[in-house]
Amino acid sequence: MNLVNFSDPIIAEKLLQEIHGCASGLGPIKIMEVCGTHTMEIGRLGLRLLLPKNISLVSGPGCPVCVTPGAYIDAAVALSLEKRVRIVSYGDMIRVPGDASSLQWAKTKGANIEVVTSPLEALEIAQKFPDEEVVFLAVGFETTAPATAQSIANAYDAAIGNLSFFLSHRVVPPALAALLLDKEISISAFMLPGHVSAIIGEAPYQLLLKAGIPGVITGFDPLDILLGILEVCKLLVSGSPKIINAYPRIVKKEGNPRAVAAYEKILEPCDAVWRGIGIIPKSGLAIREPYRRHDAAFRHSIDLDKSESQAQPKGCACGSVLKGLISPDECPLFASRCTPRTPVGPCMVSSEGSCAAYYKYGA
Amino acid sequence: MCLAVPAKVISIEGNLAKVDMMGNTTTADLSLLESVAVGDYVMVHVGFAIQKYDEEEAKKTLELIVEMFEKSDIRP
Repeated sequence: MNLVNFSDPIIAEKLLQEIHGCASGLGPIKIMEVCGTHTMEIGRLGLRLLLPKNISLVSGPGCPVCVTPGAYIDAAVALSLEKRVRIVSYGDMIRVPGDASSLQWAKTKGANIEVVTSPLEALEIAQKFPDEEVVFLAVGFETTAPATAQSIANAYDAAIGNLSFFLSHRVVPPALAALLLDKEISISAFMLPGHVSAIIGEAPYQLLLKAGIPGVITGFDPLDILLGILEVCKLLVSGSPKIINAYPRIVKKEGNPRAVAAYEKILEPCDAVWRGIGIIPKSGLAIREPYRRHDAAFRHSIDLDKSESQAQPKGCACGSVLKGLISPDECPLFASRCTPRTPVGPCMVSSEGSCAAYYKYGA
Repeated sequence: MCLAVPAKVISIEGNLAKVDMMGNTTTADLSLLESVAVGDYVMVHVGFAIQKYDEEEAKKTLELIVEMFEKSDIRP
C-alpha cells in the first residue's frame, strides 16, 4: 500500500501547537463526536491529556450497538431459541445484554448463532441451510445501511425465501437534531462521522447551522482527528458556523448517491428508540412493503416494545453520558459494578462505547 | 462499527472485485459504487466498497496543513 500517511508524529505535534494557539482565544468549549471509531481513536491517542484545558471532548450516541434497545436483543434471543432458526450477526452484538439476556447466553442454551463480517454471508448461510429460517441482525448507521439494503435486494432477486433481516438501523442527522433540542446540553461544535458522511455527504448537516452550531467532517487517522479539532477551533474563533469537510479524500460533497439510492429503495424512515436517550422521530429504518417477506419482524411476528421505558437501562447514568452531560467516570457504577466484562449500560456493552473507551484507555 | 478499510482493486468480475487489503486478498462487492477501475483504492465496509479513496485530495489535505504551518511560522 502506498497511501498518503496521516499519522506522521512530527506533523501531529505541530497540529497540536496550532490547536493550542487557536484555542487560547476561546473560552471553555465542548466538542461532541458521534462516532464510536472516533471515541476509540481519541482514547487510544490519549488526546484528552494533550489538548488545551479549555477543550473538552465528549462522546455522543455514536455507537449503533450501544443504542440498540434491550427489547431488540431480547427478541433476537427469543427467536434464536426457536426450533430451526439460525441467527447471523456481527460479532459486536453477541455480548450485548438485553433487558433479560444476551445472544451469548442463548448460545450456551444451544441456539444456532453465526458471526459474520458481511450481510452477504447471510445469503450463503441461508442457501446452505434451506430447511432453516435464517435471520440476519442488521444494525449500524448510514455507513452500514446500504450494505443491508443491497443484501435484501439480492435475497429478493435470488428468491432466498428462508432469509429475513431483523432491523435496528439508526440514522445520524435526526439524533443530532434531538441533541440540539435538549436544553440541558451545551455543545459548541460537532466532530462529524467520516464514514457516515462518505454515504450521506454534507447536506444533511445543514440542520446544525440553523442552531448556530458548526460541524467538521473528520477522518480517523491521528492527523485527521487533530485537523478536525483545529478546524472546529478556527470556526469558533471566526464566530461564523459552517460545515467543513476535513476528510475530502473519502467524503464527497454529495456523498455516495448510488448507496443512498440503494437503501432508500429498500428501506424507509421510522421512529426508533435509542437506548439511553429515548424515541427519536424518523431516526430508524424499516423494510419497505414490497420486500416484506425478508422482514424478520413481519415474518416472525415480532412486535417490539417502543415505549420510552425501553430507553432507560436500570441503575446507570448512560443517558447522561450519551448526551455528553457527564463523563463516563462520573457515573457511580463506572469500573465498579459496570465493566466491559459485566456491562450494565449501553456505553460499556460495545468495545466502541464511550464508557468502554474510558475503561480501556483512561480519561 | 463504522470502520472502513482502504483496499486496492486487483481485478473485477461483474459486481465483485478482488482487493488487496493491507496485504490480504479478499473480495469486495462493488454494487454500491459507480465506475470503479482496477488500480483504484476503495474503502471497504462489511464486504462492500462504499467510497473511492481520492489520492489527489489526500495530498491536497497534507499540503494545506503544511501551508498553514508556514503561515504561522511552525515548520513540520
